[in-house]
Amino acid sequence: MEKIRLQEKLFNRPTVSFLTVTGTLGAIVVVLAAIGILPVYTVNLLGKYVTYAILALSVDMIWGYLGILTLGHCVFFALGGYAMGMYLTRSIGAQGVYGDPVLPDFMVFLNWHELPWYWHGFEYFAFAAVMVILVPAALAWVFGKLAFGSRVSGVYLSIITQALTYAMMLAFFLNELGFGGNNGLTDFKTLLGFSLSTDAMRIMLFACSVAALMISYIICRSVVASRLGRLCVAVRDAESRVRFIGYRVENIKLWIFVLSAIIAGIAGALYVPQVGIINPSEFSPVNSIEIVVCVALGGRGRLYGAVVGAFIVHFAKTCFTNAFPEVWLFALGGLFVAVTLFLPRGVAGLADSLLSSRARAN
Amino acid sequence: MFASMRKALLLCLMTIGMQSFAAPVYDLSPEVATSVASSSVRDRDSAIKALGDDISEQNADFLKKLSSGLIYVDPDSGEIYVRQSRSSDTYTRVSDGSQVQAPQGLRRSAVSTQQRKAINGYLRSFQLFSEDPAVRLKAAQELVSPNAKPIALETFDKLMSKEQDKEIYSVLKLARAQALSKLGTAGRQETFEALDLLESDSSVASLQAAQALEQSKDPQIASAARYASGYIKFCQKLSDFTMTLFFGLSLGSVLVLAAVGLAITFGVMGVINMAHGELIMIGAYTVWIIQQLLPQNPGLALFLSIPGAFVVSGFMGILIERLVIRHLYGRPLETLLATFGISLILQQLVRTLFSPLNRAVTTPEFMRGTLQISTNLSFTWNRICIICFCMIVFFVILAIMKKTRLGLEVRAVSQNRPIARALGIRAAKVDALTFGLGSGVAGMAGVALSQITNVGPNLGQNYIVDSFMVVVFGGAGNLWGTLTGGLIMGVVNKLLEPVSGAMLSKIIILVALILFIQKRPRGLFPQRGRAAED
Repeated sequence: MEKIRLQEKLFNRPTVSFLTVTGTLGAIVVVLAAIGILPVYTVNLLGKYVTYAILALSVDMIWGYLGILTLGHCVFFALGGYAMGMYLTRSIGAQGVYGDPVLPDFMVFLNWHELPWYWHGFEYFAFAAVMVILVPAALAWVFGKLAFGSRVSGVYLSIITQALTYAMMLAFFLNELGFGGNNGLTDFKTLLGFSLSTDAMRIMLFACSVAALMISYIICRSVVASRLGRLCVAVRDAESRVRFIGYRVENIKLWIFVLSAIIAGIAGALYVPQVGIINPSEFSPVNSIEIVVCVALGGRGRLYGAVVGAFIVHFAKTCFTNAFPEVWLFALGGLFVAVTLFLPRGVAGLADSLLSSRARAN
Repeated sequence: MFASMRKALLLCLMTIGMQSFAAPVYDLSPEVATSVASSSVRDRDSAIKALGDDISEQNADFLKKLSSGLIYVDPDSGEIYVRQSRSSDTYTRVSDGSQVQAPQGLRRSAVSTQQRKAINGYLRSFQLFSEDPAVRLKAAQELVSPNAKPIALETFDKLMSKEQDKEIYSVLKLARAQALSKLGTAGRQETFEALDLLESDSSVASLQAAQALEQSKDPQIASAARYASGYIKFCQKLSDFTMTLFFGLSLGSVLVLAAVGLAITFGVMGVINMAHGELIMIGAYTVWIIQQLLPQNPGLALFLSIPGAFVVSGFMGILIERLVIRHLYGRPLETLLATFGISLILQQLVRTLFSPLNRAVTTPEFMRGTLQISTNLSFTWNRICIICFCMIVFFVILAIMKKTRLGLEVRAVSQNRPIARALGIRAAKVDALTFGLGSGVAGMAGVALSQITNVGPNLGQNYIVDSFMVVVFGGAGNLWGTLTGGLIMGVVNKLLEPVSGAMLSKIIILVALILFIQKRPRGLFPQRGRAAED
């Protein structure tokens, strides 16, 4: 009798090749930029793509492996971004337009005299870093506890996640909430005492993002390769059977959801210093759906597919919005339709079937 | 010289008709003339009082000129001049009507803010004596508006004794009652009568008047006044509440209209159509296009666009179903993604074809204005029309689904596809028609929405989340659930709005709905039986 392996090897071939390729490409970009061949603007752009890739990875964890289509994952991305943005805002200090040593500019503008309680502690990087993880995790936990506990699933869950991000967007647009309202947080000056506008800092941030991508890939991979990963796939394919065997399906979903939210939060935290602004539009449902289409295009349930998809979609977005901004939404919409109709397993799936047909021909 | 004389003659002919050449422009008494010419404030006060108490057409005109700073005085001779306008250099001497061009040494007879207020008061009461009933009515209505300037009781008696118009008479009577209670000097019998009148009116001004009487020394009057003001406050609260309810119902109808199409495509067929909002938008743009074709007759255009929007959006829906959704049945998450892509394409299409700016859709005459129920309660016609339209559309859809062959086939296919096909129903055709019906209804919702919001490329986006919420809240597959769910959501939203602000109430509703779905995942009225178990 064949022995069924519940655990896969952690570093299987795709994982090793992904890590090697990412590491090498990242190193090449850093070196080229350091010599001055590659413009820093491009490095900055690539850094942005990498953060999107991390976000796509987190979406793939729950869509590809748990079968939960989330249309609101940018909530966690944006919350992580806001936590980082609050640290960056606090570290502007007296360099702001109004020169108030404690209050951010927009609070002075709104005639506030005291820092709201939830802004305390964000002057320390360590505290902000903990919050980047804790805030998305807490929201994901509460939301997951409620949603999975009452067994909301399928399309209903998707719509609730979309409503969640929509509600958050409306909330963050309010000035009274104390996160800068419409304009969000911007005009950042320094990170850990180093100026954000120097080339070295930008290259550094890119390198950090690549490192974060590789680390989160290893974390996701280690979950996927473990018994928990097997359970996830089982939940995706036959939820009630898993439940009847005696597993707590909602707990499995909950923990994977929280993990995914944390990774998304970290992606957001890396995103904000690179683009220099965080505002409520990051919560907009369209952003979340864009990430979902990245995962769909790359091919879900295989981690590296999400990363590839994120790069393709966002590269295309940059190209289109520069050349013909009118066409981008047509292209994106067409991509949605084409991928679901013709490429249900994504680009990676297409590559797989091409490779296997060639192998058979040989 | 000759020319100026001719000019003066012409002016005289125009202003005072065929009178003698040297006739004065204004027939001011000598005392008044000297008071106006005087530089002392108190003298001018007395002049204004004299003119105002003996108000007539020409006195009113003079006061108006005085108030707008067109009266000038020659300090040496005491002659009074009227300047034609602020920018003109032509002055007319009041005593003989002769004209002077840019005379030297004139002093403007300035009035203080206090005096201007007094003049305005006189002018208002002068309007009360106007020959024109419309002017009279307007002046009388101003008297019963909150914080109106009171006029003397004798004036009321004078006015009411010769008033023929019933409407003006009743307004005057009310104004008199208000003035009476504010003075608080009338006898018991008269005061009680006044309070009765105030009670039946129950406007803000009447409330003020009744509250003024609460301090009366007579305990009986004071208690009656307290009772009256309490009653008026209650009436106002009641009509405020009715207004809120009405706004809530009209918002709810809009939600129901937007959601009823979705209740068919999503609720009955189980297809997640994220492009539903864009189908609504297409309906709204249909109104705009038809109005461009018929610019003279917006009402007819609106009626034509109801079937027009149904056909356009329905055709679009069938196209989407045949090209995309057909291939994705049974894969709800993929359907969601693909239709989202379609919504992006449609939005951009409209942006490219019609510009990203909002388009102005005219509201036809019969939908403008308000329906006045009582002093504090009025409903706008366009909202009433939308509520009626919503109900008509809803019941027509209900009838189609319950009473027609198509409805029967739709329900059969959605409940058990293989058996329905085995019985000879062409499921593919039914799918296309059902989707077309749902989309067409979305288009008709767009017609209604074009009357209350801006018609732009983002119109659909603003309603898509809400419509899904309504369908999920009401229970998918249940049209009655959609109706109840939509109306409840609308009313709750409007009830919350004054307490928490528009944005926050929307958030509260979303969060409450998320929590509600946790508790009852299948909505208010879940479908029961085997059909619900997939």
